[in-house]
Amino acid sequence: MHAVIIAVVIVAITGLILGIVLSVASVVMKVPVDETAVEIEENLAGANCGACGYSGCSGYASALSKGDCTDTTLCAPGGADTAKAIASILGVSGGELRPMTAFVACHGGKEECDTTMNYHGDMSCKTAAQLYSGGKACSFGCLGLGDCENACPYDSIHVNENGVAEVNAETCRACKICVNTCPQGIIEMVPLYHQEAVVYCSNHDKGAATRKECKVGCIGCMKCQKTCTHDAIKVTNFCAHVDQDKCVGCGDCIAGCPTKCLQLDTFGKIIVKDGAAEAKVQAAS
Amino acid sequence: MTYIAIIFTAIFTQNFVLQKFLGICPFLGVSKKKDTAVGMSAAVIFVMVLAAAVCYPINKYLLVANGFEYLQTLVFILVIAALVQFVEIAMKKYMKPLYNALGIYLPLITTNCAVLGVVTLNVQNNYNFAMSVVNALGSGLGYMLAMIMFAGIRERMEGNDIPKFWNGLPIVLVAASLLTCTFLGFTGVIDNMFPGAMS
Repeated sequence: MHAVIIAVVIVAITGLILGIVLSVASVVMKVPVDETAVEIEENLAGANCGACGYSGCSGYASALSKGDCTDTTLCAPGGADTAKAIASILGVSGGELRPMTAFVACHGGKEECDTTMNYHGDMSCKTAAQLYSGGKACSFGCLGLGDCENACPYDSIHVNENGVAEVNAETCRACKICVNTCPQGIIEMVPLYHQEAVVYCSNHDKGAATRKECKVGCIGCMKCQKTCTHDAIKVTNFCAHVDQDKCVGCGDCIAGCPTKCLQLDTFGKIIVKDGAAEAKVQAAS
Repeated sequence: MTYIAIIFTAIFTQNFVLQKFLGICPFLGVSKKKDTAVGMSAAVIFVMVLAAAVCYPINKYLLVANGFEYLQTLVFILVIAALVQFVEIAMKKYMKPLYNALGIYLPLITTNCAVLGVVTLNVQNNYNFAMSVVNALGSGLGYMLAMIMFAGIRERMEGNDIPKFWNGLPIVLVAASLLTCTFLGFTGVIDNMFPGAMS
């Protein structure tokens, strides 16, 4: 009995001392919590998707409140409302949010692109990409095994009947998860509600090689680059790319494209989220 | 020489995860990616060394001196938990970068068996203060080795076509046991490398 009491007393005293030390420490070494950051975080979408480029929502919130980051429009899933809310908390005029959508830069499916082998492995693009860049003749294109489809939290990207992934711009929240998932690296972000030229190809092989692999690949003929009067199209490594900040959507380049991989698109023309975007769409049409 | 022998023993022949099967929970839980594995292992090394250094005097001057050796486990758990909590508070205030790097892992290993294990083993082996700290460092490094190796294995496994009934934890446990088997190969190596050092 005696030993039990001593044991209890010793452990209790140790615990008490440690407890007191901890409570004193938590008062003395208190780090003031940034209330602005907490308020901003409550207004963010809370998906922790990392589209803003910070480690989760709290990272972005603290960067904003400290002034490390001044762009209030980075929360893609939150959209324009979130940007406005953050701007009002910080007391700044919010930058104009440019709604974006994911876009798969490939449209060479089973119809257009040759098959070099019958792939019977794991139905995952990541695995297929390691095995001679998948079963398609083109080693740059969409493998169509649906890694992006599985990764998308908003069910907005699907592999179509032709075996190429396609984004539903109406439901895409621009979280960039598919961009980071695609082992081929062919998904990019383009502006929503904005008529623009886009290149449906990522093939960097030389023109003749591309022709053999795929009927609708970019052969790097430079026609579009020469036609464009806004300096928006650049052909690098035999594949054209449109700078969406410069493209005005005039469509001059479209007619000249010999393989029709350059097309004019207005992603998300049906859903209009705010007045500015509506005006843009009307102006474009 | 003894210190080198202690470090090598702790890393290879007596590896905490693969030979003693301590700290399995974070070993399986946080080994999906290499960078989280590194962060977790760094936190383990940090806490192990700190715990060994703090528990040694407590054991010697409080418990052994008064004949309360049977309270070791209980008091060690209390001290380690409070210590980690204290270090977390202090780090948040004075060492923000370190807190950002280790912060989320520290509470996870507060009462981990690997940390308690290294302290108890120090007592069992009658190590002095320096030997205890060196043993803790070696054990932590061994933990890091196991974590990084296993994270590499798991990253490679991810892209493979694993049958559905094997997918997830079963295949991970099999991989872990195979890794353990490879570490059995180190048995006896240290005794031959440092004859007499460990007796």
